[in-house]
Amino acid sequence: MIPSLSSSRFYRVSYRCYVGLFFIFLITPLLVVAAFSFNDSLFPSLPWQGFTLDWYLGARSPRLGLLHDHALLDSIVVSVQVAVVTTVASLALATCNAFLFEREQFPGKNFLYVLMLMPLVIPGVILGVSILVFSSTVANWFEVQFEVELEALRPGLVLVSLGQFAFITTIATLVISARLRKFDLTLEEAAMNLGASRLTAIATVTLPFLRPALLGAAVVAFLMSFENFNTTLMLVGSEAPLTIAMFDRLREGSTPVLNAVSVLLMLGSACLALGSLFVQRPEKA
Amino acid sequence: MNRASFHRNRSQFRLGFWLLLAPIVLWLSLLIILPHVDMVLVSLRERIASRQYGFSLDNYTAFFTEPLYWNTFVRTAVMSIIATLMTLIIAFPVSFYIAKVLSGRPKIALFILCLIPFWVSELVRTYGWMILLRETGLISGALQWLGLAGQPVELLYNDVAIMIGLIYTSMLFMVVPLVTTLDSLDNSLIEAGYDLGGNGWQVMTNIVIPHAMPGIMSGCIVVFMLTLGNYLTPTLLGGKDSLWFTEQIYTQFITRFNWEQGAAFGILLLILSSLIVWLGLKLTKQSFTRVMS
Repeated sequence: MIPSLSSSRFYRVSYRCYVGLFFIFLITPLLVVAAFSFNDSLFPSLPWQGFTLDWYLGARSPRLGLLHDHALLDSIVVSVQVAVVTTVASLALATCNAFLFEREQFPGKNFLYVLMLMPLVIPGVILGVSILVFSSTVANWFEVQFEVELEALRPGLVLVSLGQFAFITTIATLVISARLRKFDLTLEEAAMNLGASRLTAIATVTLPFLRPALLGAAVVAFLMSFENFNTTLMLVGSEAPLTIAMFDRLREGSTPVLNAVSVLLMLGSACLALGSLFVQRPEKA
Repeated sequence: MNRASFHRNRSQFRLGFWLLLAPIVLWLSLLIILPHVDMVLVSLRERIASRQYGFSLDNYTAFFTEPLYWNTFVRTAVMSIIATLMTLIIAFPVSFYIAKVLSGRPKIALFILCLIPFWVSELVRTYGWMILLRETGLISGALQWLGLAGQPVELLYNDVAIMIGLIYTSMLFMVVPLVTTLDSLDNSLIEAGYDLGGNGWQVMTNIVIPHAMPGIMSGCIVVFMLTLGNYLTPTLLGGKDSLWFTEQIYTQFITRFNWEQGAAFGILLLILSSLIVWLGLKLTKQSFTRVMS
């Protein structure tokens, strides 16, 4: 069962085969997506027609490559904008939450903590529709009472960002709290004994200590926002983020330009993943 | 410390406390609690005339009297439970291998390899399965090449395809908590189990699984939630007949613009998911906060 115990050769070999098969299962869909972005055919399917870069560089329809497909490129920009806003906002609130839960004692703390975890067990679609319902109730109320039209509360990018922010904050809070829990409070006290105010001590001692967790949480938040589909689907207006744009094309059946976008996403995620590993490594050792 | 400065410190502390408390209360009340309360209210009303609403339970009775809604609901729940269990069964040996059999560099490498597919969007992963399973796809091609099929086979748009997609897409959320809890199990406990005469099965059920229970539970809860609330995978891999409950919610809200009915469906799905999570926690005697963090 474990290396220090003897086991039969058959058991070891079959166990290894199982794990091997598992990794083939994991990696095949991604390899297939990447491979077909180079297929010289109008459809991302067999037969293999030869190698081409048209789905990246092609300038004319129907062989419109990624670099000339303005609809897709615009949706990438939209996704990045939403992800940046969501990441900054959720990180700011998550840091406050971490300090609240790790440093303060107050009645109802456990209840608030459970409430804070709630977004994790609310399905994304439901989170999306509940925010949609509530925001339009508020917008309708303002319209009736004051005759002001609050455009921001109608489906659109503001609501998309709010919806993503609502659950990403919980995840960021968990990441940052875990790190803050390991912080030695005497370091902050030492800084205050040396004449720093509480805020200066936090800014110069505690926040640098939290840096790896903040970066890690930022990467996770950015990716979760960029890749979010369920909540976004319910709140999206006329401007579509990338996942929604891709979904619409997938349903219609699309050219391998979608494979090219996917390859771009894989490369982007891989860079972020490696970057975050690189940033966090020296701290772990 | 004299009295005055003590008071100043104390009031500073209180001010800091309120400044930390305000944002979280705003966040939870405006984006989580009030929206759900509002959704309950909307689900309990019916349109009488333009902008005129009255109290009604019609949206809920419609759910129980219309077999399509009811069947879709049960089907979604059952398939989510099956998908969760299958994910657990597939992921457990792999997690055990990473946590207990391997050590050092290969262990970290394999663990990271497990995570990589999940840095990529769910859409891309599902797209990969579409290319593999469709009529002109790779698996159909391979079957023909091997002579196992005479003509192209359509493997997409059925329940097995949905199941594969759901399991694939949830794998990470099972593997990570399992590896973490199994990693914290001391090898000497397993050795002791054997020394005391236990066989592999007994050691597994008496030592390893009880120790891994928090990880199993948190993995199962997250996977179940994600599966139940999934829209993308059933729609793309299951096609028109996938009959997933989130599709009903989407249809009511976006296509039919019947928000009252959609809200009722949303509440029902939320009740179902909370109920199953609660049952799972009760049956395994785990606490919610411990499992989630």
